[in-house]
Amino acid sequence: MTPVAVMVGANRIVQAAGIIHPLGNADLAPEEEKALRRRIVEQALQALRTEVAKPTVFTRE
Amino acid sequence: MARSLRVVCFVNQFFGQLGGEDKAGLPPQAMDGAVGAARAVQQALGEAGTVVTTVACGDNYAAEQGERAVAELIALIAAAKPDLVVAGPAFLAGRYGVACGALCAAVQGQLKVPAVTGMHAENPGVELHRRQVYVVQTGAEATRMLDEVRRLVALGLKLARGEAVGAPAAEGYFPRGLTRNVVTSASAADRATAMLLDKLAGRPFSSEVPRPAFPSVPAPRLAKTLEGATIALVTDGGLVPRGNPDSIEPLNATRYGAYSIEGKTSLDATQYDNPHRGYDTSWVKQDPHRLVPVDVARELEQSGAIGKLHETVYSTVGVATTLAHSARMGAEIADKLRAAGVDAVILTST
Repeated sequence: MTPVAVMVGANRIVQAAGIIHPLGNADLAPEEEKALRRRIVEQALQALRTEVAKPTVFTRE
Repeated sequence: MARSLRVVCFVNQFFGQLGGEDKAGLPPQAMDGAVGAARAVQQALGEAGTVVTTVACGDNYAAEQGERAVAELIALIAAAKPDLVVAGPAFLAGRYGVACGALCAAVQGQLKVPAVTGMHAENPGVELHRRQVYVVQTGAEATRMLDEVRRLVALGLKLARGEAVGAPAAEGYFPRGLTRNVVTSASAADRATAMLLDKLAGRPFSSEVPRPAFPSVPAPRLAKTLEGATIALVTDGGLVPRGNPDSIEPLNATRYGAYSIEGKTSLDATQYDNPHRGYDTSWVKQDPHRLVPVDVARELEQSGAIGKLHETVYSTVGVATTLAHSARMGAEIADKLRAAGVDAVILTST
C-alpha cells in the first residue's frame, strides 16, 4: 500500500511485511518473526532521523 | 423579449468609489443606479436588465462585523426588490471576496433571489462559499474588468431567468460539489476505455470522478536525538481492547481510542480484539504485535535506543474512512501527543 501512502502525502513511509500483518509474518518461527519486526521498527526510527523534502519510501533492505 | 430585470450590485468602498483603505470602516449604504464597478455590470447587461441600486460596504466593516454587515446589506437590497444580485467581482481581495460570498448566500437564502459573484481561485471566499453560491472564476486583478463581468452577468441572467445552468467548466464557476445525472451517448465502458487510451498516449483527459485533493504537509524534522526522544505508537489497523470499549466502527470510522500500555512489555492477545473490516484480521488477533509492535519498542526503550515509549497507543479503523474524518482524528491525536511531550510517531497501517 506504499503508493497510496505516497499519494496522500505521508512523508516518511517504511515498507512493512504485508497488509494482514504489517509487522510480522505468521509463516516464520516466533524468534525470526520478532527479528523481522525489530528490523522494521529500527528502519522506522532511522527514517525518523532522515530529513526528507517529499513523500519518501524507505524500502526493506 | 423578456422584461428588463432589476439588478442590485454589491461593491466594497474601493470599487464603489467611496475611497481607499481609509474608508474601509464605512457601514453599508445604498446608492441609486450603477456606481463604480457596477457600471461594468450595467454595460454587460445591456438591454437585459437595469442596475437599479448599488450597495456598498467597507472591507473592514464587513470583515469585523460580518453578520451585522450582511443583515444591513440584506435590508438595503430587499428594498430595491431585485430579480438578481451581482456581488463583486472581488478578484484576489480577501475581505471583499468573503463578504461577496456571504452576501450572495444570504440573498439566496433569505430573499430567495438568485445571486452570483466572482473571484480569483486563491481568494479565501472561494473555499468558504463556493458550495453555497455560484462563484465565477476571475483573474487576480481588475485589468479585464468588463470581460470578467460579462461572464458573471451571463451566468446571473441564466439564474434569474430560471434557465438550466451547465457544468462548472462550461460556465466558468467553481465546482459546487453537486452531482447531477446527465445522459451521454457513450457507455461508461466506452468512456473509460477512451480515457485510458488518452492516458496511455499522453493525451489530456479529464476524469468524471474528481479525486479529493491531498494538501502537501511539510515533513517535520526530529529535533532531538532518538536516544532522548519520546516515541508514540499509533495505528489505523483497528487494534482495540476486548469488547471495543469506544465502539470504533468496523468501517467508515468516526472514532478512535486511546489505550494504555503502561507497565506492559508485550500485548496479551486474549485482551485485544479488532473490528477492522478492511482486511483479514485473524493474524493480528493471534498476535497484536504484528500490528502494534509494543514488544520490540519496549526493548528499544530499555536498551536506550529511544528515550521513552509513550504509554498511550492511539488506534482507529482506516477503511472507507472519509478524508474529513481522517483529518479531524489525525489533528486531534496529534494535539494530544504534542501536549504529552511526544517527539515522533510510528504509525502502523494495514
